[in-house]
Amino acid sequence: MGLFVAQILTGLANAAALFLVASGLSLIFGVTRIVNFAHGSLYMLGAYVGVTLMAALPGHFGFWGSILLSGLIVGLIGVVIEICVLRPVYRAPELFQLVATFGVILVIQDLALMVWGAEDRLGPRAPGLTSVVRILGEPVPQYDLALIAITPFILFALWWLITRTRIGILVRAATQDREMVGALGVNQAWLFTGVFFLGSALAGLGGAIQLPKGGADLLMDLNIISAVFVVVVIGGMGSVTGAFLASVLISVLNVFGVAYLPQSTLVLMYVVMAIVLLIRPYGLFGREEKAGEHGQVGEPDRPVRPFGTLGRALTGLLLLALALLPVFGSSFSQVLVIDILIFCLFAASLQFILSTGGLVSFGHAVFYGAGAYVAALLITYADTPMEVAFLLAPISAGLIALVVGWFCIRLSGVYFAMLTLAFSQLGWSLVFQWNEVTGGDDGLVNIWPSAWLSGTTSYYYFTLVFVTAGILFLRHVVHSPFGYALRATRDSARQAEATGIDVRRVQWIGFALAGAIAGVAGALFVFSKGSVFPNEMQISKSFDALIVVFLGGVKTLSGGVVGATFLEGVKDWLIRLEYWRLIMGLLIICVVIIAPDGIVGTLRKVADRIGLGRQEEASR
Amino acid sequence: MKSLKTWTAAAVALLSASTAALAADAIKIGEINHYKRMAAFAEPYKKGIELALKEVNAAGGVLGRPLEFIFRDDDGKPGDAVKIAEELMTRDGVVMLTGTILSNVGLAISSYAGEKGYIYLASEPLADDLVWKSGNPYTFRLRTSTYVQAAILAEQAAKTDAIRYATIAPNYAYGTAAVAAFKESLTRLKPEVEFVTEQWPALFKIDAGAEVQALEASKPDAIYNVTFGTDLQKFVREGTTRGLFEGRTVYGLLTGEPEYLEPLGAEAPEGWIVTGYPWYGFTSGPEKVFVDSYMAAFPGETPKIGSIVGYMTVQSIAALIEKAGSTETPALLEAFKDLTLDTPMGEVTYRALDHQSTMGAYLGVTAVQDGQGVMVDWSFKDPTPYMPSEDEIRAMRPAK
Repeated sequence: MGLFVAQILTGLANAAALFLVASGLSLIFGVTRIVNFAHGSLYMLGAYVGVTLMAALPGHFGFWGSILLSGLIVGLIGVVIEICVLRPVYRAPELFQLVATFGVILVIQDLALMVWGAEDRLGPRAPGLTSVVRILGEPVPQYDLALIAITPFILFALWWLITRTRIGILVRAATQDREMVGALGVNQAWLFTGVFFLGSALAGLGGAIQLPKGGADLLMDLNIISAVFVVVVIGGMGSVTGAFLASVLISVLNVFGVAYLPQSTLVLMYVVMAIVLLIRPYGLFGREEKAGEHGQVGEPDRPVRPFGTLGRALTGLLLLALALLPVFGSSFSQVLVIDILIFCLFAASLQFILSTGGLVSFGHAVFYGAGAYVAALLITYADTPMEVAFLLAPISAGLIALVVGWFCIRLSGVYFAMLTLAFSQLGWSLVFQWNEVTGGDDGLVNIWPSAWLSGTTSYYYFTLVFVTAGILFLRHVVHSPFGYALRATRDSARQAEATGIDVRRVQWIGFALAGAIAGVAGALFVFSKGSVFPNEMQISKSFDALIVVFLGGVKTLSGGVVGATFLEGVKDWLIRLEYWRLIMGLLIICVVIIAPDGIVGTLRKVADRIGLGRQEEASR
Repeated sequence: MKSLKTWTAAAVALLSASTAALAADAIKIGEINHYKRMAAFAEPYKKGIELALKEVNAAGGVLGRPLEFIFRDDDGKPGDAVKIAEELMTRDGVVMLTGTILSNVGLAISSYAGEKGYIYLASEPLADDLVWKSGNPYTFRLRTSTYVQAAILAEQAAKTDAIRYATIAPNYAYGTAAVAAFKESLTRLKPEVEFVTEQWPALFKIDAGAEVQALEASKPDAIYNVTFGTDLQKFVREGTTRGLFEGRTVYGLLTGEPEYLEPLGAEAPEGWIVTGYPWYGFTSGPEKVFVDSYMAAFPGETPKIGSIVGYMTVQSIAALIEKAGSTETPALLEAFKDLTLDTPMGEVTYRALDHQSTMGAYLGVTAVQDGQGVMVDWSFKDPTPYMPSEDEIRAMRPAK
């Protein structure tokens, strides 16, 4: 009994920091619709600022004052980010801002390294709260009790702010219908900035308040972000109470998971999230999503069309140049282009389901990884000929996508995205933990292509053929009757259904198709590298693809390919520099601000303006 | 898109051309690491390399030519590391590859090196598979193997009357291997031991309070710890606060390495039996010389385990090329067989048997002195007696 109570108390104490960070993210999302990947970075800044302040300000007052000051300072940093980076791109397509926040992550990572150095910082203990209290014979740290006591106050303060003040009324109104709020004369820009301040300050507080239980290090930004997303989704996007209940739920369950199922530490919260979303598709306290359900914000989309003569000619030229690369390029340039091509195919498969199908997947890497792992497992355990393994990889990836899709397509919008994330995380933890079969983190090595493909040049042509075929195939599907049906389900599910389209099935097939193509990319990858590791299906891999699709232009056909080429190419060059992440982050932010429709979308607009686009139209 | 690719290619070509022109006659080594992703570990390692390079080149270089390292960041991604390996070998003209801390990146480079016939000296990765289960003729490893360090701790554990053991290790390949090695060695030495619980926190995401409660609930006599970095900090703090370590011996794999002990400051646990690197305890000999010259070269810095590994990496490569008398791969491969050199940690041999170096380990007990965690009563352990037998190793290594 004593242990049980102590375990619950541990869970409640753990929930404190998680709740602070998650409620901030939830508020920001609710009002601004921004999925703020950089929220973990704000949490990290809170921890570093807190450690620095606590070293300077001694005693009780210094300790608690430092925590409050950290919140304030990080809130102001959030304001700077909002004004400089996000404000210019509010009019961009939905979710585009997440690319900008990704740039912010990179910038903050390098700045934190510059300012605070590489060594981990241990957080100071809270003065006067360093020992334990015996509850039913079990030791419970005093600081845990302090955290448990503080959290309800913060929850109450937020509740009061949101339900009892004018600001709160505006925030709630904006969460429900921000256009209406704007129409009623509220200055949205400052409302957004204010909410961003509040959300960032909460993240900063969270970072500072956890210091006595941990410290500050350079990996904590990415380490917390997935847990925070899970909490926000379980609680319901935009709901503070939901975030509170969800962080308690996750933290307490985690404590019992550790005690009774120690191997579960990686996957437990994703299982919980998947279950909650399957039962309550909008989280515990979430409302059905309004935005983007019928019609879209911003200017109307330009319908995608097959390339005209000029486009085809240019593509032909590009292919010719690529085909001639082995003649004039070095062996390394082929290796580099293989990498870029594979990434292009992966991005194109995500773009297919995202732009054409309107289904934003946050877990697309699971199919890429599935392709790679199926091929690698077949080679390792069944001595399958490479050609057969290569063929079976996309089929298996497609089948897995069928299963995952069956669960996911019941949801839409961000909830769909989060459920795909949950499934990809399940897949990742499966390969990560199943040591005997997948080799766990040490992966599968010595997966090489057959002799006739073992040369760099022959594998280069192999990759070129399959990537070109895959991308052309996807483009072809977009313009086929199935593609039209898929586009109809994206633009208006209701109207599509009224015209006799089986919306679910069309989306389902589209999802599986995208998964299968991602599997091709994965199989190409594994044979080019000779090894595969779980990080090929990690969240960050999914986000890489997501970012290039948005960066290239989500409302275009070639955005993913162009974005992937741009990002891979630039990274290969920048990574040679000392502070490459800083430069890369700034570059991404610049591109986002200059080209809010993505690279291709913006180029097309420019071309239209100077008359190039119309010419092409006339020539058709 | 096309023009972009050409631009990038042109920029890359320009960049590598200019570096090539600068040091035309230097012998170049490709060093791949996670300088940003694992900055806390990679920075001391890089400093160790820089110090050794300065010394080697001041003494006239190798084969009369200066030795040069090309440092490349792989962002901690195995796929990127493989690409960089290819670029270093084919475009930058490096003689061989070295580097990496993360096991999976090391394994990826090793597999690629084996396929392409490039020599790879895995300096820091902890996975024993590099030289054993996934070993190949082109891969060599410097750092003391995880198996040996676990066996050294198990030998100490077997001397006590503790029977009930609990383990805590990060939930990934290194953690599982480290626990398996400890269990195997300890059970062999003392069959009556019992492992009452195994805890597997996610790497760098430990829920320390819950882990400590779970360990406490199993009432072990002793605890075997493999967590490191921020996980270790949280574990130690919760464990100390909640009294988990009172009356129990804790065995800490790598816990004594300055990388992990230093951030704990005065809160470092006392009385743990650990492997590590007690640089502050050296009074004479080559060990001390290294520490002094490191601190002279980088004022305000103290050596870490990464520093000494980086230093010995350069020493190994310099000795290798001198012995081979050439920078051609076949000559280097031949010279690597039982290559012996003197290092700050004594004589080290790259065994022809499994390509593993005989770099040893320091065993000691943790204590707090002047507000710093240190290792006391330490001794140096030769790894050879703790290695699996030659037959066992031959059985593990893939037939060639």
